[in-house]
Order: sequence, then structure tokens, then C-alpha cells
Amino acid sequence: MPRILRTELLAPRIRRYVVAAPKIARKRRAGQFVLVSPHPHGERIPLTISDADPDEGSITLIVQEAGKTTAEMALLEAGDELTDVVGPLGQPTHIVRLGHVVGVAGGIGIAPLYPILEAMQQAGNKVSVILGARSVEYLILEKEVRALGVDLTLCTDDGSRGRKGFVTEALGEMMASGQAIHQVVAIGPAIMMKFVCEVTRPQAIPTIVSLNPIMVDGTGMCGGCRVQVGNEAKFACVDGPEFDGHLVDFDLLMRRQAMYREQERQAMERFAAKDHTCQLEGV
Amino acid sequence: MTQPTPPPKRTAKEKIGTPRPPMREQPPLERARNFLEVPFGYGPEQAMVEAERCLACGKPHCMEGCPVGNDIPTFLRQIAEGNFAGAARTMKETNLLPAICGRVCPQETQCEALCVIGKRGEPIAIGRLERFIGDWERESGAVEVPECAAPTGRKVAIIGSGPAGLTCAADVARAGHRVVVYEALQKPGGVLRYGIPEFRLPKAIIDAELTLLERMGVEIRCNEVIGMTDTIDELLVEEGYDAVFVATGAGLPWFLGIPGENALGVYSANEFLTRTNLMGAWRFPEYDTPVQRLNVVATIGGGNVAMDAARTALRLGAERSLIVYRRGLDELPARAEEVHHAQEEGVEFHLLTNPVEILSDARTGWVQALRCQRMELGEPDASGRRRPSPVPDSEFDLALGTVIIAIGNAPNPLIPRTTPDLDVSRKGQIVVDQESMKSSKRGVFAGGDIVRGAATVILAMGDGRRAAASINEYLESGKW
Ligand SMILES: Cc1cc2nc3c(=O)[nH]c(=O)nc-3n(C[C@H](O)[C@H](O)[C@H](O)COP(=O)(O)OP(=O)(O)OC[C@H]3O[C@@H](n4cnc5c(N)ncnc54)[C@H](O)[C@@H]3O)c2cc1C
Ligand code: SF4
Ligand code: FES
Repeated sequence: MPRILRTELLAPRIRRYVVAAPKIARKRRAGQFVLVSPHPHGERIPLTISDADPDEGSITLIVQEAGKTTAEMALLEAGDELTDVVGPLGQPTHIVRLGHVVGVAGGIGIAPLYPILEAMQQAGNKVSVILGARSVEYLILEKEVRALGVDLTLCTDDGSRGRKGFVTEALGEMMASGQAIHQVVAIGPAIMMKFVCEVTRPQAIPTIVSLNPIMVDGTGMCGGCRVQVGNEAKFACVDGPEFDGHLVDFDLLMRRQAMYREQERQAMERFAAKDHTCQLEGV
Repeated sequence: MTQPTPPPKRTAKEKIGTPRPPMREQPPLERARNFLEVPFGYGPEQAMVEAERCLACGKPHCMEGCPVGNDIPTFLRQIAEGNFAGAARTMKETNLLPAICGRVCPQETQCEALCVIGKRGEPIAIGRLERFIGDWERESGAVEVPECAAPTGRKVAIIGSGPAGLTCAADVARAGHRVVVYEALQKPGGVLRYGIPEFRLPKAIIDAELTLLERMGVEIRCNEVIGMTDTIDELLVEEGYDAVFVATGAGLPWFLGIPGENALGVYSANEFLTRTNLMGAWRFPEYDTPVQRLNVVATIGGGNVAMDAARTALRLGAERSLIVYRRGLDELPARAEEVHHAQEEGVEFHLLTNPVEILSDARTGWVQALRCQRMELGEPDASGRRRPSPVPDSEFDLALGTVIIAIGNAPNPLIPRTTPDLDVSRKGQIVVDQESMKSSKRGVFAGGDIVRGAATVILAMGDGRRAAASINEYLESGKW
């Protein structure tokens, strides 16, 4: 079973895991993801591969505690094993030289966005990044993104770092400044991607989003991950996870993501009632 | 185990006139709320008495009905004589998994349909006897690990661990080749694991078969999606496999294409059954994967998959479980036993009913009702089934909270998509030579649902067998 080599707390409830998965490390391309389950009774959740080191044979996952599965992962340490790590899944990002590409990330969306930025840059694009978070303590990977040498704008909701306000405002200004933008890649919570698409729609700037619906098998077998893109229902695990944001029905996505909210709550309560409580509070 | 004494011999007339011994079952209302297997199976005495009814025809028709040509009369004679070990051996010459086939084959349209006794009485209960032998062998610890030839140094990759893949694995391993089975999901078994529920096919049976394969030296690697983790070309070139058998099944669910299908509470049968069977949602919250449990559940479709979903819904606590099917009772493609069991358990059949729209709550997005129209049957179409057509102005709504779509599956496209020189039909099936199971690509064979479209367990097993023979021949001769 795949072993966790290192973990690191990046921000409150946001962790980096470096996991031994030599084959996936060699094969993965920007935009792809893995399905992970922490234990044999676990639920399988999709996590985008944020980085990989083929020499070490490892992949990097960045995970925010959101439900029971991620809370359980938070208890794991270097040396522990994950039951399932399946991948790389999904279509890789279409990387071509377009000119000026703007990456927009909200929260941990920068984790999946990072490899795309790297690849876009290698393909000869000028890359700008707008990175937003609730407040400075939630801002992750700033150092790594800076190291790419891209044009970086930071935003926080409370102004504790960078400019105060949402990523959409920064993007709007960039568009208004008259810079040519050939593509926007937006990754983050569904609501943020939805608003980014509203900003780019009037000027018809091609906008790619990476969707994260609930998944089961990740091979196109169940259709649980279906999303509405234009007139078509697409399976995010095999047709995506990236789609033309201007065609995506985000409201439906958000509803489907919340489909098991009640069961999630039950599972969390049950989990918290066990002796994990103290450790969770310590986070 | 003490052998029971063989039953007294009867005349042909007596044999024809005697019905099959009934098979004990869990009472319908009790079992509709648990996941334990429904029928208990024959005991040794019942099995011998039933097998003795066989007339030992000179030209056994039953065998013609069996897609893999099981030697049914010999097997029946051995059971009647109390020679269960012999019967098991006879069966396994053509059918590696009798405990499974006895439970899931549509016998009433195959072997039993052609049994001559059926013309005047009840046909021999071949399926039940097959199950009996498979169970007897497993439970009495009599299972023999098939002998494998000395290692040849050749390596074969099998993709998919459903009935086609597992059967092929056994026969290739027997020839001394090293076999690795790749499975995308976290547990092997294919549809037998994720689709067919525990109450119809206990997973302990599949586990026993898998243990046997492992004792034969077959390695099973789960969580590897071929096409993604490795492509077929990489298996052949980089990983050094001498041949590949593709048995990836028909795992791409069809949806209806009617409005409202993305509403919350609408599942494909694959998702509903996978969550329940494979991910253990029936034991939520002990297992983490949830599945919605709502009062009224409608399953759309009339095949085995639909029956499994509708019966599973009851077991998950649904107050009402409905089958919505656009043709009539006689056209239901499911095994007769499954329809019968579903009816007994209280599944409601809404026949000649065609769904046209799924209505949901505008605020929450949850399913509220299924809009249907009534159908009537016209003349038989090319397939011999009577074609349904809508009755004008007959729309009505069924109020419900969950909809399960079980109208069929297309072949999984992952392998064809990532293997450029593999010929695929318009419907997405891998094209093979029916005898040798060879595909258009050298060293690559295919069988089961990926070749046939959604078919049956026994056909998949038959393909696995033929492919194995052909792979063994290819590895021997090197000729394509
Ligand atoms: C709910 C249900 C009930 C059924 N009931 C009956 C019945 O009563 N009687 C009957 O005869 N038939 C029944 N069938 C049909 C029968 O199960 C299938 O015809 C049969 O299982 C096909 O076998 P297979 O080996 O071709 O594929 P499958 O059993 O589908 O197995 C394919 C396996 O390959 C794996 N796979 C797919 N793609 C990849 C990949 N890229 N890499 C690695 N692994 C991969 C899949 O995860 C799966 O485990 C039923 C089907 C369903 C869904
Ligand atoms: S394998 Fe299926 S068809 Fe063949 S004899 Fe057995 S039950 Fe009948
Ligand atoms: S997760 Fe099952 S089809 Fe995408």
C-alpha cells in the first residue's frame, strides 16, 4: 500500500502529503488526479496531483480538511499507509503556446493549478497568477509560485496580505488594463470558478475550470461524477476534470457536491465522538 | 462427509411426472430487509433425487443450450450416484465457476429450456444442481488446486478481473505462464463484486475462487487502471508481457437523455450498486461511502441489473420500490427467478410505462416525481419483441425520492481510447476473431462484455476460456 513519506501543515487544516507512488509520479501530467482512500472502509475521494518527483517516486497532494475522509487523513503521519491511491486519472490539461495565460486560484485551488502554471510556462506562455485566500494564514504555495518567476497578484478577503478583495476583482482590473489575455485557468471552490467565468464571459476569454464533483470509481463506470457542460452531461473523471467554464452549470455542480451533506454530518459526528476529538482540536 | 445412499431408480414416466424438489428460501418479507442470500440451495439428498430424474438422452439437448457446452448428462449421473467429486471435475472441464453460474445463469432460456422433460413436466433443475456441486466442493474443502505446468518464462497480462478475466487467468496459469491480473477497482471480481448483490451471489464465493487463483500463482493487482497507470503498449513493450487479454467489461452506464436526469437522487444502477456492494454503503456509517435512503425508489429498466437495484433499494429501507419498464411482463429480459423473487418481496411493477421527464424541487434540486406515459405493444420488431408505442395523452406522475437508471451499459472506452491500433466497432466493442479472440493488434486478445456489449457471465467465461487456449497456442507457436 502506498506509504506517506512526509506531511506538512501548510495552513490551518491544510496539509501537504508526499506519497510514494513511483508509477504515477512518472506518468502524471498537469491537470490529472488520483483517487485516494485512507483505509479499507474508507470513501474514495479525488485529489489533484499537485506535484511529482519521478526520481524519488513520489507525488504531492495538498488536502484541506472538509469531511470525514480528509479529517482521517489529517491523523496520518510519515510512515503511515493509504489503502488506495489510483491514477493518474482524467484528461491532462491541454498545454499549448497561446500567449498570455492567467491562472486564478482560490484557497487550495493553487495546488492543482501549480503544475498547470509550470507546464504553461514551459510551453512558452507568459503566465500571470492571481492567488486568493480568506486571510494570510490560508495563503499557501506563495513561495513556490514566486519561484516560477510569474507575475503574481495576491488577494485576501480581509486584506491581511496583498490586496483586499476577491480574485475576480483583480482579474477584472487586469482585463480592463488592456493587456491581452488568451486564456484563463481558474481553479478553486465552485462558486469562485462560477464568478470568474462571469467576469471573462463578456470578452469571451477562453476560461478553463477544473471540476471536483463527488466520484466513486474514477473510470467512467458509474456516472456519479456527471456534470452538465452545454447540452451534454459529461463524466468529470474521464472527460474532465477540466472543461470550458463558460459552458459549465455551476449551480448544478454545487448542488450535487452537497448531495450527501446530511450523511457527511453523521459521519463527522461519529468520527468526532471517537477518541480523535483532542487531536482534531489541536489542529 | 458421509455420502448419502443413491435414490431408488424410477421409470421414465415417474421421472417426468415428478416435480423438482422445492428449494428452501428465506421468507420474502424477512429477506427483503436483509442482505443474506435468498435461496438456501439443495442438500445432498435433494440433489441426488433431482439428478436421478435425468433420462440420459442419447442426444442431450440441454448441452446445446449451454453456451460453454457443459457435459450435463455425465454430471447429472455422477450426482445421482453420489459421486460429487466426480461431478465437480466434469463440470470444471468446461465451467470453472459452477457455484457462480448455478446462481446467475439464465437457465430457463439456456440448458433448462431445451431439456426434453420440460415438454411434459418440469425440466431438470440443472442450475440448482450446478450450484449444489460448486457449493459442495467449496464447503467440503474438496477443491483441488489445478496443477500448473512448469514455468515457461512467459508473461501474460489480463486486464479486468470479471468472469472473463478470471477464467482466462486460470487457464493461462495452468499452462505454466506467469499471469498478472490488473483491476481498476479496489477489489477483484468485476460485476460479480460491484454489481450483483450479496443476497444473490455471496461475496465469499468469489473470495474462494480468488484464493484458488492465488494458490495457482496468479497475481492480482488492484487499483491499476490500464490506459492510465499503464497503456497496453507499455505493458507489451516496457513491462515485457508476451500477450494481453482485455476483459474490461461493459462499464459505461447509459442514461435516458430525458430532462431532469442530473437532479439529486438520480443514480445509474452502476453507481447505486457500486456504492452499496463494493464500497459497503449498506453498512454506512460503519463504512464511509453513503447512499441515499429514501422512501420511494423507482428503478427504470427490466433486466437483471434493474431487479438487483430494485431489490437492493428495499434492503436499504425503501418503503416502496418500483420497477418502471416500457414493455410488458413477458418482455422483461431479467432471469425469471429474479422477477419472481422481486415480486414476492413486494417490488411493484409498473409495466408499459415509459419515463419522459424527471421532476425535481426547484429550490433543493432533489427528485420529486417521475413523469411517465403509458405504452401499448404493437407488432413484433426485428428482434422478435413487440415494439411499444406511447398511448396519446396518457402522461402521469409518480411521486418519489430516488430514481435508478438501469437501461444498460456500453463498453468501457478507456482501453480503446488509449490503444490507437485496436479495432473497435461503431458501438465501442473491441473487434475480435470469434474463435481465437484475437484483436487487430498483435499479442492482444479480448473477450467478455467489452467484445459483446452487456451480455452474460457464462458467455464472458466462455470467451475467457477460448482466449486462454488461443493465448497458450500463440505463446507456444509464436504465430499470430
Ligand atoms: C447488476 C448486474 C447484474 C447482472 N446479473 C447477471 C445475471 O444474473 N446473470 C448473468 O449471466 N449476467 C448478469 N449480468 C451481466 C454479467 O455480469 C456480465 O455480462 C459479466 O460480468 C461480464 O464479464 P466481464 O468479465 O466481461 O466483465 P466485468 O464483470 O464487467 O469485469 C470487468 C472488470 O474490468 C475492470 N476494468 C475496466 N476497465 C479497466 C481498466 N482500464 N483497467 C483495469 N481494469 C479495468 C472493471 O473494473 C471490472 O472489474 C449482470 C450485470 C450487472 C451489472
Ligand atoms: S453453465 Fe449455465 S447454461 Fe450451462 S449448464 Fe450451467 S446453468 Fe446451464
Ligand atoms: S466517478 Fe464514476 S464515472 Fe466518474
